[in-house]
Amino acid sequence: MLFRQPATSYKKDLPNAMEALEKKWNDWAGGIASQGKLADRGIRLAHHGQVLKAGGLITDGPFVEVREILGGFMVVRAADYDEAVTLAHGCPVLENGGSVEIRPMYED
Amino acid sequence: MKTEHPSDTQFLLKQLFQQEFSKMVAVIASRYGLDHVALAEDIVSETFLSATERWSKDGLPPNPAAWLYAVARQKTLAQFRRAKIYSEKVMPGIRTGETPAMEEPDIDFSPQQIRDSQLQMFFAVCTPIIAAEAQVALALRVLCGFSIDEIAAAFLTSKETVNKRLVRAKARLRAEGIRLELPPSTEIAGRLHSVLHILYLLFNEGYYSRTQDEVLRRDLCWEALRLAIFLTEHELTNLPQTQALVALMCFHASRFDARQTVGGGIVLYGEQNESQWNADLIAQGIRYLELAARGKTISAYHIEARIAQLHCVPGDSLAKWEQILRNYNQLLMLQYSPAAALNRTYALYRARGASAALPEARKLQLEANHFYWVLLAELQRETDREAARESLERALQLTRNNPEQQLVKEKLDRLTVGLSRDIG
Repeated sequence: MLFRQPATSYKKDLPNAMEALEKKWNDWAGGIASQGKLADRGIRLAHHGQVLKAGGLITDGPFVEVREILGGFMVVRAADYDEAVTLAHGCPVLENGGSVEIRPMYED
Repeated sequence: MKTEHPSDTQFLLKQLFQQEFSKMVAVIASRYGLDHVALAEDIVSETFLSATERWSKDGLPPNPAAWLYAVARQKTLAQFRRAKIYSEKVMPGIRTGETPAMEEPDIDFSPQQIRDSQLQMFFAVCTPIIAAEAQVALALRVLCGFSIDEIAAAFLTSKETVNKRLVRAKARLRAEGIRLELPPSTEIAGRLHSVLHILYLLFNEGYYSRTQDEVLRRDLCWEALRLAIFLTEHELTNLPQTQALVALMCFHASRFDARQTVGGGIVLYGEQNESQWNADLIAQGIRYLELAARGKTISAYHIEARIAQLHCVPGDSLAKWEQILRNYNQLLMLQYSPAAALNRTYALYRARGASAALPEARKLQLEANHFYWVLLAELQRETDREAARESLERALQLTRNNPEQQLVKEKLDRLTVGLSRDIG
């Protein structure tokens, strides 16, 4: 699951709101983990950084020409694709104008 | 010489046996090699037999432990000489060839030697190549000096089964050439993982044991705690995860008295008398958890200890259950277990109510676990008594022992009382 969110969504948030959001993530991911379906809790990406382009050109964000940036990812263990989509429901990123991209993984 | 009542001697012998057996076996085995654990056990058993005979006649020596060490040392040397005669005088007659020169082993029961030998024994016994059940049995025998009878009682199994398990485990140690030595210090942290896991299993075996013998159950827990503390006393193994495990055990052990009814039944957490929680053990737990927090890593033991600590906070505030929930979420993200999944859902119920927890509970897929049905019944109780009753019936079919059955039956009775009150 790839979490994408509007690039500006957290900038003006207060600490309280951050804490509430943290709790929502904890609950949602905990719910998946309690079904034994969390394969990898993944990583969270900072919202700042730079982009290296061909020819040694370095620019600040936006990283790509889309309105939603990649905020992090998580790996779940689902019987099929539909189950993975079901698990994605309730993801807190959806409440902030973001989206969850669900992609199957190739096995080695 | 003091004259002791025979039963005093018996009592002291039993105590000494528990304290010294494993130490002496470890020291002797560390000299002879791990493939002679059985021999070391024989020597120590014989030593105690001599002590029983001698002390019941002559009374206790001034320093019983020193007496035991001296006799065990003699017996070990005698055994060594017999083996030497066999290999030097008898064997050459049978086959030709050089026999390796053997030096008399130096059997030294100094505190340092005992500690080092026990630590080596620890790592040897807790090797992942032995099945977990056999490891716990072997640890109880070799590290805690439990008798085969006691181990059989703890596992609710027969003496023969325990014996077979131990013999197989020792054979495996021999076959795999496991040596009585500490792993290189770079590997300690990795190997420590399985050592701590065995102690965790040992503690749980006592805490959630199926045996009815309360004394034995506590003994298992105290032994696990003693061994875990022993690991914190050694520089190489005094790591944050070890300290976290000690903290976890302290917090759990603090509720021993409160969770036990006079008749041997289980008192559920919500119904425990908080004044019976042991404040000293809670304070110890806090101390060890603070030590553990100084490390860089957070192990599952850290999170479980934190959860156990929150359970030692009196009262029933929503904030407490929110924190417990949060920690269970983290624990599950680190490693899944059915027990953690069930407890997480219970914490969700206490923090947010049955309507929030019921849909989450249904997703757990733990229909073969009797606690799952007990939890479901708890969540259904307010809204659908009939469904709750059916869940408890399912739970009853899956219980494994008397106290568990008793608990479910009580819940069923209470539910039925509630039902008839509604109807009547």
